[in-house]
Amino acid sequence: MAEAILTVTDLVKHFPVTRGIVFKRHIASIKAVDGVSLTLHRGETLGVVGESGCGKSTLAKVLMRLEDATSGTAVYNGQDIMSLRGEGLRRMRRQVQMVMQDPYTSLNPRMTVGDIVGEPFEIHPEVAPRGDRRARVRELLDLVGLNPEHINRYPHQFSGGQRQRIGIARALALKPEIIICDEPVSALDVSIQAQVVNLLESLQDEMGLSYIFIAHDLSVVRHICDRVAVMYLGRIVEIGTDDEIYRRPTHPYTQALLSAVPLPDPDAREHRQIIRLQGDVPSPQNPPSGCRFRTRCWKATEICVREDPPLVPREADPHPSACHHAETNTHVV
Amino acid sequence: MGRHSAPEADDAAAAQTGEPLLQVDDLHVEFRTGDGVAHVINGVSFDLRAGETLAVLGESGSGKSVTAQAVMGILDTPPGHVTRGAIRFHGEDMLRMSGTRRRQIRGKRIAMIFQDALSALNPVFTVGWQITETLRKREGMSKKDADERAVELMDLVRIPAARDRLKSFPHQFSGGMRQRVMIAMSLAERPEIIIADEPTTALDVTVQAQIMDLLGDLRRELGTALILITHDMGVVADVADRIAVMYAGRIVEHADVHSLYRNPAHPYTIGLLDSIPRLDDKGKRLRTIPGLPPNLTAIPSGCPFHPRCPFAQDICVTRVPPNMDLGGGRRSECHFADRIVTGELTRPDQEDE
Repeated sequence: MAEAILTVTDLVKHFPVTRGIVFKRHIASIKAVDGVSLTLHRGETLGVVGESGCGKSTLAKVLMRLEDATSGTAVYNGQDIMSLRGEGLRRMRRQVQMVMQDPYTSLNPRMTVGDIVGEPFEIHPEVAPRGDRRARVRELLDLVGLNPEHINRYPHQFSGGQRQRIGIARALALKPEIIICDEPVSALDVSIQAQVVNLLESLQDEMGLSYIFIAHDLSVVRHICDRVAVMYLGRIVEIGTDDEIYRRPTHPYTQALLSAVPLPDPDAREHRQIIRLQGDVPSPQNPPSGCRFRTRCWKATEICVREDPPLVPREADPHPSACHHAETNTHVV
Repeated sequence: MGRHSAPEADDAAAAQTGEPLLQVDDLHVEFRTGDGVAHVINGVSFDLRAGETLAVLGESGSGKSVTAQAVMGILDTPPGHVTRGAIRFHGEDMLRMSGTRRRQIRGKRIAMIFQDALSALNPVFTVGWQITETLRKREGMSKKDADERAVELMDLVRIPAARDRLKSFPHQFSGGMRQRVMIAMSLAERPEIIIADEPTTALDVTVQAQIMDLLGDLRRELGTALILITHDMGVVADVADRIAVMYAGRIVEHADVHSLYRNPAHPYTIGLLDSIPRLDDKGKRLRTIPGLPPNLTAIPSGCPFHPRCPFAQDICVTRVPPNMDLGGGRRSECHFADRIVTGELTRPDQEDE
C-alpha cells in the first residue's frame, strides 16, 4: 500500500449549545465528530458515507480548518493541520483543496469563470505569475472539459454539471495533493453525474491526487472509492476496502444501510436480505451510552449498553468494525 | 368507515371492465416566459388502471413534475398553459370541467404527495389540524370525529403514539415522520389515485426504504393507484408495475418494469442504465450520455435526443420518430426501436471525452 499522506487521530468537533443572550451559558454540546481516526494514502480515494447528521460534512470542514477541532490531530506532511496558524496554514491549504456540493451557491454569480478559477492565484501568487494567469485558467478549463473560450462567461450561463466542473477547476488551480469532495455529484442528474465521476477519476490518474470523497450515495462511492469509512453519529463504525465493506460488511449499521439502497433491478429483491431499521437517528447532543447504534440495532444486548465497542479488527473479518457482535453478512447487496 | 368504502367498489368494477381510471391523451403544455415559449410537455399519453403503480422517470426538465401538476390541476397559469390534449378521469375530461367539479376531484379522489414535506406542511398549525382540514371543511365532520379519523390515518402510516402527536407541530417531527404526515393527509379522503412527486428524494436512504415500503403496503391494503414521479432508477425498480421514461417533454419509452431493465428499447433508457454506478458491482469506467438535456425553448429537430444519441442517423435529424408499438404494451419513440430491442443494434463503444 502507498505511503500515508494524511493521518487523522481521535478528531473531535463539538459545537456548543448555549442559552441566554447577554450571558451565554453553555448547556450542552452537539457531538458532530466524536473521535474519528483514519488514514488517507497517496493516490487513493477514501469514501466517507453515512446519513445526514452523521458528521461527514463537519469532518470535511475540520480537515480544511474551516472549523477548528475541539481536540485531535490530523498530520499532513509531518505537520499537524490542527495546530497550524498564519503562513503555515496558508501553505497547507494550497495542498488541500475542496469541491463543494452545490454548484449553484458555491460560485459567486458576480464573478466571471476566469475570475473564479483564477482567484486562488490571488491568495497564492507564487503558483502562477500575474502575466500567466489567464493562460493557466484556460488550461484548467480545458482540463475539466470546458471550452476555454468561455472564460469571460458568468456562472448562470452554465448548466449544473458545467458549474461543478468550474468548482473542480478552481480546486485544481493550485495543484493540490489532496481534494476533499463533499457530495460533489449529489446535486446532478444521473447522466451528468456519470460525466463528473469519470472526470474526477481521470484527473486522479493524471495528477496523482488523493481524494476524500464524502457522499450519501453508496453506489457512487463503491464505484469511485478504494476504501470506505461508514459513519454513524460522529464515529466511524466500519472501515475497509470496497470489497470488505460491500461484500463482507460486519457492522449491523453498514448492513442495514446497504440493504436499504434500492437496486436498479426489479428482480434484486428476491435474492437480497431486506433489513429495515426502525426509528430515526438519535440526537448527537445526547448519544446513547455504550454503542451508539444500539437503540436501532436488532442485535443489541446488555454489553452494548455498557461498553462502547472499539473500531478494531474482528474475528468475523479482519477489517476494523465497531460492533461487539460483528458478523459477516454477504446477502445485503 | 362504511361511508368511505365506495371508491374500493369502484376500483373493483373498473379492474373488471378494464376501464382505465385515468387517461392522459396527447397532452401539450407550454410555459410562456420572457425568454420565449418553453415547450415543456409535447404530446404525453398514458393510462392508469385501478391499483396499478406507474412510475414516470426522467431527469430535471424532462417534464415529469409538470405532467403531475397538469393531472392534479395545480399548474401555475400563467406562465404554464395546457395547449392541447385531454386528461380523462373515469372517462370525463378534467380539462373541460367546471372549476367546482374539478375541486371535487382534486385532493379528494386524486391526491398528491410532494417532495419537500417541511415546506408542504404549514408550520403554524398542528399536524392533527392539517390532516383533518379537508375532513372538517369538505366532509363536514365534527372536530372530534375528524380527530379520531386522523389518529386512524396516523396509525395507518405507522406514526408511533399517534394520539399524543396530534397536537405536535411539523418542526417537532423528523423528515421521515413529516413525509408520513403528508401521506396521511393525502389518504384522508380515500383517494383513488395518489400522485407522489419525488416522495423520498429529500430523505436518507434508510428512511427512504421505510417510506417506499409504506407506500407499497398502502397500495396493497387500500388498492390505491399510484403515479410515482422520480429520477431514481433504483426506487422505481422496486415498486413500479410500469415505467414511462420521459425526455424533453415526451414519453420516449413505456414498458413494464421487467422488460425495461432487462431489455431497454430506447437509446436514452440504455444511456441512463449504463450511466448509473452499481452497488453490487464496482464496475469499470461509467458510460456517459454526452452533452446536455435540450433547451426547451429550442428543442432539436426530428428526434429530440438525436444530438446525444450514439445510434443517431440522418433520419433522426429530419423526422420525428413514430411511437412504435413493440408488443406486450411496450412502446418506444425511436426510429430503430425494433432493431434495438431485438439486439440487432447495440450501443457503439464510447471514446473518452
